[in-house]
Amino acid sequence: MHNKSAHELQELLAAGKVSSVELTKAVIHRIEQVENKVQAYVTVTKEEALKQAQVADERLKRKENITPLTGIPIAVKDNMCTAGLLTTCSSKILANYIAPYDATVVTKLKEAGAVIIGKTNMDEFAMGSSTENSGLHPTFNPWKLETVPGGSSGGSAAAVAADEAIMATGSDTGGSIRQPASFCGVVGFKPTYGRVSRYGLVAFASSLDQIGPITKDVTDSALFLNLLAGYDAKDSTSVSLPVPDYTKALVNNVKGMKLGFIKELLGQGIDSAIKEAVQKALKKFTELGAELIEVSLPSFEYAVATYYLIAPAEASSNLARYDGVKFGHRSKEAKDLLTMYYNTRREGFGNEVKRRIMIGTYALSAGYYDAYYLKALKVRTLIKQDFAKAFAKCDLLLSPTAPSVAFKTGEKLSDPLSMYLSDIATIPVNLAGLPAISLPCGLQNRLPIGLQIIGQEFGEEAILRAAFTYEQNTDWHKQKPTL
Amino acid sequence: MKIDVDHVAKLARLGLTEEEKKLFGGQLSSILDYAAILQKLDTTNVLPTSHAIPMENVLREDKVIPCQNVKPILANGPEVTDHMFKVPKIIE
Repeated sequence: MHNKSAHELQELLAAGKVSSVELTKAVIHRIEQVENKVQAYVTVTKEEALKQAQVADERLKRKENITPLTGIPIAVKDNMCTAGLLTTCSSKILANYIAPYDATVVTKLKEAGAVIIGKTNMDEFAMGSSTENSGLHPTFNPWKLETVPGGSSGGSAAAVAADEAIMATGSDTGGSIRQPASFCGVVGFKPTYGRVSRYGLVAFASSLDQIGPITKDVTDSALFLNLLAGYDAKDSTSVSLPVPDYTKALVNNVKGMKLGFIKELLGQGIDSAIKEAVQKALKKFTELGAELIEVSLPSFEYAVATYYLIAPAEASSNLARYDGVKFGHRSKEAKDLLTMYYNTRREGFGNEVKRRIMIGTYALSAGYYDAYYLKALKVRTLIKQDFAKAFAKCDLLLSPTAPSVAFKTGEKLSDPLSMYLSDIATIPVNLAGLPAISLPCGLQNRLPIGLQIIGQEFGEEAILRAAFTYEQNTDWHKQKPTL
Repeated sequence: MKIDVDHVAKLARLGLTEEEKKLFGGQLSSILDYAAILQKLDTTNVLPTSHAIPMENVLREDKVIPCQNVKPILANGPEVTDHMFKVPKIIE
């Protein structure tokens, strides 16, 4: 039961063939079986989940107010606030933080009658591409335990891949939904900036952060996005455009669609197995009636450098709040206020977070602001313009999600720059605020390969249509890790 | 690119050990050396983008809304007296 998708399970729940309590117990049993190997969770909320499942069952019995997610066990990334539950961001500095309120996405899940099964592990404050930067413990890739699950939403992607959750929320600042989805062979969707409320999402880089679904297939992604999307008065950057029914975009037909493949992301720096798999996917799309166009986005070469100035700059400002005054860790060695700040932050933050706070502080400091931060904001304009030019010629853009399959644990830890470069295909999308999905398109030595489909601003429907068509005509999404 | 690690750490209110200063000094230099590729691009007359999607300031009605969750907020405080967060003495 735990290995089914949400839309398959919803049919069984609605028909009364299975109860949410039975389903939740099955998922908890699965967690008990494999969690010691995968370590996807920071917190598993067994008892609370069973209570929520009982309430969902009553709702299902009365056939009142049933949504596609009613009774479905869902995991929440641990940077989204859950009232009364730990919300740690996988950081020692928030190790004992109990959120006083729910994030808007969590409120929506509760209202829909979903069962929140636990909080998933991540790179500390979402800074990382392997979940090795978690201040609590690493997570391992269910396909091969000696490799990383990707990051920063590595816990969410691993939980869904290992059937420890039916779906999960992720957040994506430079690829943190798509890259782990790619490494774990699941579907990860980053919506347009502003499409989903960030209220209650612990801020990393506010102009780039966006919440989205991690699911077993494209249909579940559309169902989940239907719930998550929409304006929220509590997030002034959320957008008031009407939310379409995304399931209407699940059409098995790409005839006449113009698909651009990004030349720069099928060249140097991309592993040959990845290129081969993506070329095959492109061929599949042409067989299905889509038109392929080669496009060039020359500014991509500068995207990683741009991102690693802008995101740390925003982070250095956002993370100033962790000072040991109102919540979180406070150093015991604090004889005056300044040493309290110094020691609290030294003891509470891990290396990657410290590194990014330092880069950001430097890029914003007097004498360097123009050369680094302002320059990066200008290059961001050029990247956005390159996307606009490409979209003048095509409906969607295609590329690999990551330049390689999941790498070995520890392999990139001592070299931060090589870790940063693993986000080369996903970062430009966040800089331009665009929506993009990653879905499985191949395997290399039993490790999944992800295909990225990028859309125009608020063009989620076109992405879903192409992704759904690809999925219906291939069976990569049916491949499962053996644990 | 050589960075004054002490100065940056002080601005960021980060206490660092000698070992960390050495480690980060080298790593930050190489990251900033990499970032120098941006200087190759001509950005004269290019406007900066701070938000990818056009944003407008949003104001709400100036109305007092009660704060419902004072207790759980205070419960997170490392040191709380009555309804106040305590910090080390600031003025001698």
